Amino acid sequence: MPTAEELKRRIEDALPGSQVAVEDLTGGGDHFRAEIVSDRFEGLSRIDQHKLVYGVFGDEVGGPIHALSIKTQTPGDGR
Amino acid sequence: MTNEEIRSYIAKAIGENEVMLFMKGSPDAPACGFSMRTSGCLNALGVRYAALDILPDPRIRKELSAVSNWPTIPQLFVRGEFVGGCDIVTEMFESGELAELLGVEQPNEGIEERPVQKGPIGLENRLG
Repeated sequence: MPTAEELKRRIEDALPGSQVAVEDLTGGGDHFRAEIVSDRFEGLSRIDQHKLVYGVFGDEVGGPIHALSIKTQTPGDGR
Repeated sequence: MTNEEIRSYIAKAIGENEVMLFMKGSPDAPACGFSMRTSGCLNALGVRYAALDILPDPRIRKELSAVSNWPTIPQLFVRGEFVGGCDIVTEMFESGELAELLGVEQPNEGIEERPVQKGPIGLENRLG
């Protein structure tokens, strides 16, 4: 069963230099919320930003990772 | 029903419905919190939309994800274009982008405070 810490590490490995916060929403290891700030998102549409994150986990999203809620920002967004 | 028939039905649904939501359950009885929030955004905007429940056959979700290259449900399409899943639709609702995309006024109320629209366009689900 994946943990929030594991998801955070894998996103950080895939997107070097990113700031990542992952929360296990239910405590059950299958519903997660990830907030990511990365310069890799620069110039990408929101759809492509989210696809970049989903791509880290491949088929696990919808499988062991039942739900992964994502919020993406670039360092310049300052939101 | 073959996988090709399912994929062609999905393509037709996206092509023929200006606002097309693929979800778990229905707008009246959503079967997942993410689907509920996404249909709630559309309800709050008061737009008419078609909704298709992907739960009756696991192949619907598989074929849909092959079309959209998006792994999760719900998925919203407007005028044939993929808009996003729950997170993106919610962000766009809150920022007013969704209202703009759909050509309606941004409501003052939030998502939860509006009842489900009367009579969403019922798509006959022949995929079950």
